[in-house]
Amino acid sequence: MKVLTPTVLTYLKVVILVAVVPAIIGFVVVLAERRLMGFMQARLGPNRVGPKGLLQGVADLVKLVTKEDITPSRAERAVYFLAPVLAVIPALTALAVIPFGPAIRIGKVKTTLWVTDVNIGLLFLLAITSIGVYGIILGGWASNNKYSLLGGLRSAAQLVSYEVPMGLALVSVLLMTRSLSMVEIVHRQGRLHLWFIFPGLLAFFIYFVSGVAETNRNPFDLPEAESELVSGFNTEYSGVKFAFFFLGEYAAMIVISCVAVTVFLGGWLPPFPHVAALKFLRILPPLGWFLIKAGLFLFGYIWFRSTFPRYRFDQLMALGWKWLIPISLANIVIVACAILATPGRSNGMFVLSYIFGGLFVVMFLLAKLRQKLARRERLAAIPASAVE
Amino acid sequence: MTGAQAVPGALLTGAAGWLFVIFAVLALGMAIAVVVARNPIHSALFLLSSFLLVACIFILQQAEFVGAVQILVYAGGIMVLFLFVIMLVHQRGVRERLTFQHQWDVALLFVLAFLLPFLYVLWTERFPDLPQNLDAFRTVRGKIAGNTQAVAWVLYRDYLLPFEVASVFLLVAMIGAVVLGKRSAEKVD
Amino acid sequence: MSDYLPILVFALLAAALPLATILIARALQSRKPNPAKLEPYECGIEATTFALDTRFSVRYFLIAVLFVVFDVETIFLFPWAVMFNRLGLFGLIEMLIFLTILVIGYFYVWKRKALDWA
Repeated sequence: MKVLTPTVLTYLKVVILVAVVPAIIGFVVVLAERRLMGFMQARLGPNRVGPKGLLQGVADLVKLVTKEDITPSRAERAVYFLAPVLAVIPALTALAVIPFGPAIRIGKVKTTLWVTDVNIGLLFLLAITSIGVYGIILGGWASNNKYSLLGGLRSAAQLVSYEVPMGLALVSVLLMTRSLSMVEIVHRQGRLHLWFIFPGLLAFFIYFVSGVAETNRNPFDLPEAESELVSGFNTEYSGVKFAFFFLGEYAAMIVISCVAVTVFLGGWLPPFPHVAALKFLRILPPLGWFLIKAGLFLFGYIWFRSTFPRYRFDQLMALGWKWLIPISLANIVIVACAILATPGRSNGMFVLSYIFGGLFVVMFLLAKLRQKLARRERLAAIPASAVE
Repeated sequence: MTGAQAVPGALLTGAAGWLFVIFAVLALGMAIAVVVARNPIHSALFLLSSFLLVACIFILQQAEFVGAVQILVYAGGIMVLFLFVIMLVHQRGVRERLTFQHQWDVALLFVLAFLLPFLYVLWTERFPDLPQNLDAFRTVRGKIAGNTQAVAWVLYRDYLLPFEVASVFLLVAMIGAVVLGKRSAEKVD
Repeated sequence: MSDYLPILVFALLAAALPLATILIARALQSRKPNPAKLEPYECGIEATTFALDTRFSVRYFLIAVLFVVFDVETIFLFPWAVMFNRLGLFGLIEMLIFLTILVIGYFYVWKRKALDWA
């Protein structure tokens, strides 16, 4: 009798993901973030619990679970209880359609490294992440605290505003993928020998900026701007309930990173698999490549956090509505024209890659030049006596 | 994409049928709760669950694209709008009053008046059998492609005019929102 | 359909995880409520207003309506993009007409300063 039928394996993967991802967030991602932030800000970060602070997650877990979980007397009790749960569900469920690797074989068991590959994968991801707003807005409302309420409202406005450019950025990639299935998107990048980050450079930037905003991370962390709103929507939350808001945010970060890796960076594919000189890159298993790429994104999140100052709310709205939306709409038309100009083949995408790549280099050089000129001007403005 | 295909002509047999019954009963229960709940935010939450269950039913019928749209637009978009509106007008006094409950006798009468013809139609009408082709919702030019592709093929070729008219509707909605919202915003300032 | 069942199970498990943890934690922690602790957080000052009565800007409503409009627009773009290689030039032209009508509205919204927050 065979125990490990495909159905059983699928549900086994579901259980593993639900159990492992929160653990990874608690024990690895949070610690890595705090240590890296410490490094970037020239301080140590947590290093007391366990060797090099590796057991910090355990200590945090014990603290959060045993801490008194306060329900303020004015709170709407039922909704207050439900909000953190609502924040976690969509963020974790989105992981169900992410392909972490190709079909593999462990011993005699053959399985795929995704839970399920649905025909509407990318659309499903967009849909399920759009539900994530409820945990925040309801948590803010149910706390019955004006900081929470304002934080929740701001957050909801921010999330919905950036959902539009995010969707539009993905549409321009869909023109190239011709499929919404996450697995098919990766396979197509393998067949074309082209990661969609190159022809979709603009879309990638829009997606990533929107992704940072969607997860309420710096520099778009206005819902929890401590200088204005104490801690935003989660001001009244403590103990495990707070922990689950935290978990929801980090799970959303992981989902955004995984989608970016799948759609733009070729998923589990090693870089340039068709170049013979780079064959040695296959030493790493596909899952390893996926995790490295996703890790790069998470590092980017942390890097952003310790680099950029926070936006003002009107700037945030202006960026989303006045810049990202028109740019992404124009990008869709550009990509569509490029594909149409070379019917049946993918040359249009390569041309686009060169154009975007060239533009990127030119803009980078211009920015450097401007920086240099500004510095020279600044130096010239200082009186000679001050230099000595 | 297997499961229901075993019996031709019936999408809702076996496990899928039971799932449908569960989703439908839950969706109806949530819909009733929307009306019964006293707190408008609770109503909104019940409505949200009802939307999600309807999306499940769509997916059960192999209309996965429509299901995803149901989640994205209704659960993720329109419900946020509802919540904003509820929070904008939601004052303590309103919550504690039984706003609509004193007209329940009239409401019941109306419900019966609408229910009876509906039941009559349900009872007498012979519904055409379900399409023989179980994959009707995801076939493009005789090939099974997917619900999204099938919707696109129909929408952008056969129903071109309605599609373009939809953009006019969206334009009207946009202008209407600005006219309404801006005027009140200017009044506040 | 059977592709989607694991997602449903996933969602149920993802709901069970926080629910179970919150309930277990409730058994582990010590609860010593007192009136001051249960007050809404106001930096130690007694809250003078009931937070849910706070009035906020109608612009949030405006943003939500505009979002719904653009969301529907995005939805129309998704199936179009997936089938674009089959729809060809015809598809591009019809989508350009669709987008042009919407861009007119977008410029109206912009000109009426509905996108400005301050």
